[in-house]
Amino acid sequence: MASKTLYSQRDPALKKRDDFEDILEERRNFSDLRYALRCYTPVLYKGMTPCKPSMLKTIVLQSEQLHYVVNQVSKETGEATDIIQEEAVVILEEMAQRLQLSTIRFFAFTLSKAFKALFQSIRVNEEGIQRLQQAIQEHPVVLLPSHRSYLDFLLMSYILYTYDLALPVIAAGMDFLGMKFVGEMLRMSGAFFIRRSFGGDKLYWAVFSEYVKTMLRNGYAPIEFFLEGTRSRTCKSLTPKLGLLNIVMDPFFKGEVFDVNVVPISISYERVLEEALYARELLGVPKPKESTSGLLKARRILSEDYGSIHVYFGQPVSVRSLAQGRINRSQYNLVPRHIPAKPSEDALDFVSDTAYRLVRKQEENMVLRPWVLIAAILMQNLDGMDSALLTEQTAWLRGLARAFGAFLDWPDNEPAAKAVSSSLALHRDLVRTEGGRVLLTEQPPESSSPEEALFNRAVAALSCASYRNQILHVFLRPALAAVAMDAAATSRKDDVYGSFALLRDVFSNEFILCPGAASRTGVVTLARRERDTRDFEEACYLLMKCGAVQILKQDIVVTERGRPVLSFLSGMLEPFLQGYQVVCRYFREEANEGLTEKQYVPAVRSFAVKRILSDGLKCYEALSSDLQKNALAALLRMNALKKVKVVDLVTLKVNKTAVKTLEDALGCKVPVQKPVLARL
Amino acid sequence: MASNYNSAERQRIAQQRLKIIAGHLQKDEDGEPTRIFANDCKAEATDRHSSSTSTMPKRRQEVMKWNGWGYSDSRFLFNKKGQAEFTGKRYRLSGMILPSLKDWFEGTFGASLQHKTPAATSLSSSAVQPPSLNEDFVQDLKATGIPYSHEAEDRVFRAHGHCLHEIFALREGKFGRVPDMVVWPNCHDAVVKIVELASKHNVCLIPYGGGTSVSSALECPQEETRSIVSVDTSQMNRILWIDEKNLTAHVEAGIVGQELERALNESGYCTGHEPDSMEFSSLGGWVATRASGMKKNIYGNIEDLVVHIRMVTPRGVIEKSCQGPRMSTGPDIHHFILGSEGTLGVVTEVTMKIRPVPEYQKYGSVVFPNFEQGVACLREVARQRCAPASIRLMDNAQFQFGHALKPQVSSIFTSFLDGLKNIYITKFKGFDPHRLCVATLLFEGNRERVLQHEKQVYDIAATFGGLAAGEDNGQRGYMLTFVIAYLRDLGMDYYVIGESFETSVPWDRVLDLCRNVKERIVRECKDKGVQFPPLSTCRVTQTYDAGACVYFYFAFNYRGLADPVHVYEQVEHAAREEILANGGSLSHHHGVGKLRKQWMQESISSVGLGMLKSVKDYVDPDNIFGNRNLLSSRNQHRTAARAGVPVSPQ
Ligand SMILES: Cc1cc2nc3c(=O)[nH]c(=O)nc-3n(C[C@H](O)[C@H](O)[C@H](O)COP(=O)(O)OP(=O)(O)OC[C@H]3O[C@@H](n4cnc5c(N)ncnc54)[C@H](O)[C@@H]3O)c2cc1C
Repeated sequence: MASKTLYSQRDPALKKRDDFEDILEERRNFSDLRYALRCYTPVLYKGMTPCKPSMLKTIVLQSEQLHYVVNQVSKETGEATDIIQEEAVVILEEMAQRLQLSTIRFFAFTLSKAFKALFQSIRVNEEGIQRLQQAIQEHPVVLLPSHRSYLDFLLMSYILYTYDLALPVIAAGMDFLGMKFVGEMLRMSGAFFIRRSFGGDKLYWAVFSEYVKTMLRNGYAPIEFFLEGTRSRTCKSLTPKLGLLNIVMDPFFKGEVFDVNVVPISISYERVLEEALYARELLGVPKPKESTSGLLKARRILSEDYGSIHVYFGQPVSVRSLAQGRINRSQYNLVPRHIPAKPSEDALDFVSDTAYRLVRKQEENMVLRPWVLIAAILMQNLDGMDSALLTEQTAWLRGLARAFGAFLDWPDNEPAAKAVSSSLALHRDLVRTEGGRVLLTEQPPESSSPEEALFNRAVAALSCASYRNQILHVFLRPALAAVAMDAAATSRKDDVYGSFALLRDVFSNEFILCPGAASRTGVVTLARRERDTRDFEEACYLLMKCGAVQILKQDIVVTERGRPVLSFLSGMLEPFLQGYQVVCRYFREEANEGLTEKQYVPAVRSFAVKRILSDGLKCYEALSSDLQKNALAALLRMNALKKVKVVDLVTLKVNKTAVKTLEDALGCKVPVQKPVLARL
Repeated sequence: MASNYNSAERQRIAQQRLKIIAGHLQKDEDGEPTRIFANDCKAEATDRHSSSTSTMPKRRQEVMKWNGWGYSDSRFLFNKKGQAEFTGKRYRLSGMILPSLKDWFEGTFGASLQHKTPAATSLSSSAVQPPSLNEDFVQDLKATGIPYSHEAEDRVFRAHGHCLHEIFALREGKFGRVPDMVVWPNCHDAVVKIVELASKHNVCLIPYGGGTSVSSALECPQEETRSIVSVDTSQMNRILWIDEKNLTAHVEAGIVGQELERALNESGYCTGHEPDSMEFSSLGGWVATRASGMKKNIYGNIEDLVVHIRMVTPRGVIEKSCQGPRMSTGPDIHHFILGSEGTLGVVTEVTMKIRPVPEYQKYGSVVFPNFEQGVACLREVARQRCAPASIRLMDNAQFQFGHALKPQVSSIFTSFLDGLKNIYITKFKGFDPHRLCVATLLFEGNRERVLQHEKQVYDIAATFGGLAAGEDNGQRGYMLTFVIAYLRDLGMDYYVIGESFETSVPWDRVLDLCRNVKERIVRECKDKGVQFPPLSTCRVTQTYDAGACVYFYFAFNYRGLADPVHVYEQVEHAAREEILANGGSLSHHHGVGKLRKQWMQESISSVGLGMLKSVKDYVDPDNIFGNRNLLSSRNQHRTAARAGVPVSPQ
């Protein structure tokens, strides 16, 4: 069943993927109570040794792995082992799930009610369900859904319950535990809780990884976690976190299980419940602490229409097949397997490459509604545009998106005008039509100070951007190539690639781009070289495919019909280019000695506010903390900034020349040349 | 005198012991057994006759199959009624009907008695390449009087071991490169002459012992252009002396296991070295492959048993100057010889440890609820260092297979069956018949101690949920050892091919390795288009302080496959990769031969390989012993070793 699909070439004819089935339809016609109480007999992993959650804990606490670390910590701290073992017990208590069918039934009932109120439909690809069912029996399964909403994991369990599939255990952030009741409910529906950061805490790490591995080895339940680590507030996929992926692959590397199937799952919301919250959060309005009463207040949202949800269960991927020829498993032969060891180079490399491919799979299988095309166009026309023109451009963009393999939920026979008008209706919170022009809606419409007005415009823009972001992955690589072509000194493919590579390096925290091109060991293997050019080759392929460019000998030549395509594509990235430049400028002009990371976000934000107000810049994305953090990471990665530790304080030290070079390159002020690159 | 009493007692025990072995083998005992000789060459002709029954005839094909396993008179077949039957008179199972085998066979492999794949009936000499003889060598050899032959049948017989692909080809009547000539030296000096002449005339020599190799070790290298001479050691089979003070025996290396034991038993002794192939494999072969016997827990493996080795090499004779029980004289030169697989010279004489025949033997068996518990029990037995002479743990599939070999009538079998039935009903009710597994045990020694030992082992077993399942069950398991090898030929008559292979692995990885390798086999078969799920099963056959030896059996129905042997080899290759990836060794006792040499570098590092290579280069610079086992072809290696870079394995 599971295969190496992660390596499959993009299917050029991605018109129709699997058929989706609306699971709410049955709920609307039949009793929710009976549904919640129905007989539930999922198929299980063939090698499973049945055990209770309490038994799991015992296994973990008695494991050699944990004993080893307990002894180690005891030696290091001088604390007695039983005290440390006791600590381990406490950690595990705090962490462990207590999956109970009765809780699932409770959720099956209440969520049925809620979902029916909130959503028009919840559509699931049935073939994916069948594949999953098969995979679950064969090998331990890891479910990797995309993460856009708190709803994600309840929704996942709900769907699995509906299809009589084994209920997963889910890695969740500790913040949920702030809400006593809800936290415990989630625990009883299979959530286990992990601290957000536990840096050097060996004991915590040991308990945690052993707990996850024990569940995996025993085939206790499918293990579910979010590769992105946290909900993406921008609706762009986040660069994957590797910790848990490493943990779930380890038992395979060490031969403790024959194989592990990982299943990328794409959950696409037509409207995310948290929509309005996210934009504010990105703008620095503090995130409300998760509290039970807060969630209850959220009942208000029950009265709104959130459209449809599409859940696409991707092809299960066999870790064994992926690792074939990439991981030398005999490297684990010489040390007892219970002794914790840093993952080897090849393992790290493999895990990060796999994570990247899995997130891209999630992206590719996101179902896109016409509205995201509209949002992408509106983002390039923030002052509003003629509605007829919008319709025309939407139809045009639909063609381009299709050529690039987008998974569009837009029936062939539905005319653009209709798609546009119904999208506008559903998103009336965000857009309005006034005198034939479509405009972003600012709330509240009248504002007192210019800052407040700016803030309101920014909320609208970032909300709209979150929809554009959903389709960004489709255009990303060609768009980077389009920008690179503008920036490159010549149209020679080499030169364009040079610019492309710089952009890719700059934006590798911002977007899902192929990681690890630069080798750690200095040995450039064939696989790495392939990876180095993978994104670029894909961009060229797509641009040629849609007829925007031709590659003649060594040159990339723009065709006549390619011009609007390329200009639209570079326009799509413009806010990011500008945003990064604002950050660069901030570091050149304002950042003073002794700036800490903590001070950075508010400081750069107020700098951006000034720039926008004084320079008439339209780049609201520069206000987004997400972009600001990504830009910071990029500057650090590229050595334009350094972290300096003075006593206990970590401050940022700026290399102004390097920052300037980068800023100019992003502004296309100087063509990027190799020496410039080298200096960075 | 006390010693008189002792030897009388020993004689008595020896008689008893002889009966046991004879019972297993049921060979006619009227032939004159191997005698003990003075240390000079056998007189030609005269003695030859008298010991003919116990010496393998030069024309082996007269008693053994030329294209299958074992004695010509013993084979499995499905009779007219469709019942499986084992022919001949040699074994306990001989002449018996095995009523359940057919259902098991058809059910397990999806095979059918309707679909036969009979072997070529006789060897057609014309299909064999004519010998390429080195006339000068032949001339000089003739002068020595050492017997030789270049008849096709003799040459073909020595061109193979018992790997699947070797037997498969024979059955199809296909012969690749075969030796051009066979010589039969009858003593050390004869070997010295042969090696001298071979060096002088640049002839390639391949030592041949019992021909039971399962590593392609006996296969003639395709690329060999010189004349190839097979040195058959079977006529060097005398026990030259027995030293009762030191408990050693000095034996010619061509002697085969069953003869060695038989002869020693007559004097009240045994070596205790009992590889499953002991009916045919030779002392020299054991030394050359680092063989392991079933009862190594008491007697040790071959490297523990040898005290002194004499080997003839192109550089001369290598041996130590004394028989001290242990020496610190630099790296032990025996260890260059042990496992040399015929690449350095011919082992001609060996001094081996011997032991008085044990007073008492007892079989036993334990049933465990599942394989995991069984392995845990074996591990504990090893931890407490109380392993019986032999302890083997079969997985569920092998347990089922064992059942399929139940004969119709026989006193010991019926009693066992009834016993088992009873035990089933009373004791094993809680056991899932699709998960349970069985360990068979063999205890040896002083009666009282055996009983004590037995109790200790059963007590340990009980703590892992193991229930004693009777002596007969155990005895039957060991008895089947010798006949199981005949079964592959039966499978091959009906589209089923298979093989066993082995590894050694640390305790903590035994279960993971077993599971993963078995599953890998199933997967690979599926991927390669095998229509029916294969038989993929394993057993733990030896325990050590730090790990165990694991045996895999793997067989499948090849109907519908264009090139079954190739598929088979791909699957075995994948299985070996899986073994290595799971911390298993390249081999516990079968050796490397040519079949596994691609993994040698990975297994022992390129420096390690370079060491072996440099020994080879010194001992045999002209590659007279050119069977090309162990080390990859010369140049490849040299470069790799010189560069000192590990070449990543494919
Ligand atoms: C059914 C079956 C069961 C087996 N069970 C066991 C077992 O329980 N334990 C075990 O260890 N092995 C077992 N084997 C493998 C095989 O029996 C051993 O490898 C055995 O040691 C080979 O001995 P042989 O005399 O048959 O040697 P051969 O097969 O004739 O030769 C094997 C290799 O040794 C070399 N050689 C042989 N004699 C000499 C000599 N005098 N001097 C130098 N080199 C020589 C040959 O050139 C060749 O490379 C089994 C094989 C079969 C088919």
